[in-house]
Amino acid sequence: MTMTRFAIPIAIFVALVVLLGVGLKLDPREVPSPLIGKPAPHFELPQLREATRTFTERDMLGKVWMLNVWASWCVSCREEHPVLLHLAASGVVPIYGLNYKDKREDGLAWLNGMGDPYKLSIYDFDGRVGIDYGVYGVPETYVIDKAGVIRYKRIGPLTPQIV
Amino acid sequence: MPRFLALLPLLFAAFVAAKEAPPAAADPVLEKRVMALAEELRCLVCQNQTLADSNAPLAEDLRNQLREKIREGKSDAEVVDFLVERYGDFVLYRPPLKATTILLWFGPLLLLAAGFAVLLRRLLRRRSVEVAEMTAADRKRVAELLAGTQGERR
Repeated sequence: MTMTRFAIPIAIFVALVVLLGVGLKLDPREVPSPLIGKPAPHFELPQLREATRTFTERDMLGKVWMLNVWASWCVSCREEHPVLLHLAASGVVPIYGLNYKDKREDGLAWLNGMGDPYKLSIYDFDGRVGIDYGVYGVPETYVIDKAGVIRYKRIGPLTPQIV
Repeated sequence: MPRFLALLPLLFAAFVAAKEAPPAAADPVLEKRVMALAEELRCLVCQNQTLADSNAPLAEDLRNQLREKIREGKSDAEVVDFLVERYGDFVLYRPPLKATTILLWFGPLLLLAAGFAVLLRRLLRRRSVEVAEMTAADRKRVAELLAGTQGERR
């Protein structure tokens, strides 16, 4: 009788501690994107290097590609940059950049100074396409499949482990 | 000339006012709706702040989007859906009722019910124990006591 009397509250307590412990480990900054498994939102934006030419996600139908959202003002992008360069050099997947809320000259200076891992970058000055893609913390990376469906999203810098 | 000089500060004041005017103050009804919606939506950059409270650039952009959508004649629900499509239910401060949030909505109620069940069981058990004692032991005791007092008196 006394055994069960104490065992039940202790069991409840332990369960609660485990539950809260797991909750502490979760990162609330990583909001699961509702866009995974859905077609990539449509955009048509001027390119960063050639402002007169546009690029749209429809150009990439039939290919697996990676869309990396970056900006020259973003500190984590600096950290991520060598990983992207390495990935681009390996040729596993074509990487396209989305220059998010940046000044064109700053974006270009970044690419010219640190190397350009992107096939091309598009220029999203007012961040509108960023909102369509649910961007809230640069850098973010999307993997889009041959059918134009978003398969994966990473919020925060890519690391060699993830790659 | 002096009269002209006196007008100068006025000109300056007008300039300052023009600079400060927010673009949406032109339509207070619209602005009220935007802010009412923004109060219900979470800013993703400084989570735990609403879109209305946050000064993050993204929050500002999103408020502009709200404003634009409302101006286009969209209903509040449509505007909210626009954000949910992009950022998920996380942007909503009032989570919707669906299969994945049933525990969230009814969990506290469940705990309350469980508490009541335990309480009820205890009360019932206590009462039944008392009743059993009354019938079995007490009668005997009463009889004994009665017999005892009689004996003592004798």
